[in-house]
Amino acid sequence: MLTESQLQRKSVQYRQALLRLIKTAKAGHTGGDLSCLDILNVLYNRILRVSPETFKSPDRDFYIQSKGHCAEALFVVLADRGFFPKSDLETLNQYGSHYIGHPTRDVNGVEQNTGALGHGMAVAVGIALAGKIDRRDYRVFVLLGDGELAEGSNWEAAMTAAHYRLDNLVAIVDRNGLQITGSTEDVCQLAPLDEKFAAFGFEVRRCDGNDVGDLVRTLEEVPFRPGKPSLILAKTKKGKGVSFMENVAKWHHKVPSDEEYSQAMAELEAVEAALK
Amino acid sequence: MEPALANLEVFAATLLELARGDSDLLVVTSDSRGSAKLAPFAKAAPGQIVEVGIAEQNLVGIAAGLAAAGKNVFAVSPACFLTARSLEQIKNDVCYSDRPVSVIGISAGVSYGALGTTHHSLHDFAVLRAIHNITIVAPADNFETREAIKATAKLRTPAYLRLGKKTMPHLPRPVPGFELGKASLVRHGTDISFVACGETVAPALAAADLLAADGIECRVISMHTIKPLDDAAVLQAATETRGVITVEEHSVNGGLGEACASLLLQSGIHTRFKIVGFPDDHTVTGSQPEIFRHYGIDGLGLAATAKKLLSS
Repeated sequence: MLTESQLQRKSVQYRQALLRLIKTAKAGHTGGDLSCLDILNVLYNRILRVSPETFKSPDRDFYIQSKGHCAEALFVVLADRGFFPKSDLETLNQYGSHYIGHPTRDVNGVEQNTGALGHGMAVAVGIALAGKIDRRDYRVFVLLGDGELAEGSNWEAAMTAAHYRLDNLVAIVDRNGLQITGSTEDVCQLAPLDEKFAAFGFEVRRCDGNDVGDLVRTLEEVPFRPGKPSLILAKTKKGKGVSFMENVAKWHHKVPSDEEYSQAMAELEAVEAALK
Repeated sequence: MEPALANLEVFAATLLELARGDSDLLVVTSDSRGSAKLAPFAKAAPGQIVEVGIAEQNLVGIAAGLAAAGKNVFAVSPACFLTARSLEQIKNDVCYSDRPVSVIGISAGVSYGALGTTHHSLHDFAVLRAIHNITIVAPADNFETREAIKATAKLRTPAYLRLGKKTMPHLPRPVPGFELGKASLVRHGTDISFVACGETVAPALAAADLLAADGIECRVISMHTIKPLDDAAVLQAATETRGVITVEEHSVNGGLGEACASLLLQSGIHTRFKIVGFPDDHTVTGSQPEIFRHYGIDGLGLAATAKKLLSS
């Protein structure tokens, strides 16, 4: 189990690996990958009771990535956790590769094929409900993008989660406030998300989704209330960790140029050096 | 033909039998237990039925999640909603993710009759045939329904079963047995073949009886499994009789008929061939029998189609 300072270093290393991956593959959802990377880091290195050895165990914790387009972030973390060799990622997006722009179960460690938005929550509810029926102790974590919350299917599933008192379900919203067109609030107002999820029967907590310490403290407290599903509104920055990518909508799926890549990696190296 | 039960009732009774022997079998409904005749199931096995309210996308997504956790899931809702509103969940959460969910489309085709197009499913074969990793079944009578439910429960891969609500007669079975992907012979014949499915097999057999009086011996096949299609049965029908008429409670676009047409053409077989189904038009109003009659999906209509085809 990594300490907070070790998690901080991991986050920087993951960002470096992520940018290398996207640069090599010439594709990726750079901004969203960077916003959710700290959440994935804390989940896989501190919270989730799952490993390559226990991945098929019926008692493992489940992670569903509803915002499937940020597959690159998930792949970087899964590779680091030993679910598959890091060298596998050299084939990302190549002809015949299982490593594509969205998670698929062909990749070891991936629980569910995602990519179309608004699907992960209902699947997570189903897994959590099965856990209750079977009286198993596993938890189900689902990562939602904020933009995808315009999909009504999320709210159908949210109602069911509360109805069945699924306190083994933890939904995390990567609240970076941007989607491909621009601000989420300009595209289709989402706020107040905390009140909306609370009204749907979730126990809601806010946290800084790019602060590994805050994430650890928040995630270690789930379930926030017995008998209620948990919702973490994780405030993040799209493009987090690279100055010129932060909060800039065009980095939704832009691939850095050679110059941008060098600058980004230099920034991350400086952060890494400061952490040593 | 002896009257029996609606296929829906047989489905519900069979599922309860299976549930008693398999605690991992779960039924998920969207305020549809009454329509699906599952109220007795809910009473007898309350721990094995999950209600999600009127939310079909949710129904299929949750079913996929339950299956991901090891459950053998039957997701039950009217076919019209299930295969349209939640098509993306069927495609991605069930088929693409390879979850053992049996998607049960109840009151299919024009079973809801005068309730209109919102409640009709004349598109389901077409859309699901184009999705990889799903078996598509439309049982013709109580026997096929019972066997199809038992078979899909064992399948452990995605399946779609389409069930009507009309009381169905017991059909003759000159060759006993049932196997998914293998057509059932309902009547021997060498003059012309009806390849039908679901609730259109009975009218095809009625047409065969009428034609027999005129000395025309029809082969009647229940093509209960639309995908994978029993290619051999279709090819034999086309080569051993003088023509093939496909019959389905579905649009003429993309269903059983076009599946057979594609097979025959690509096999280099040219024969008299007619697809009987619903034309690409507003569906006429009325009860299911009235709608069937309007489109020639009854004994008289199909007999007339056969005579015309044989004389062409």
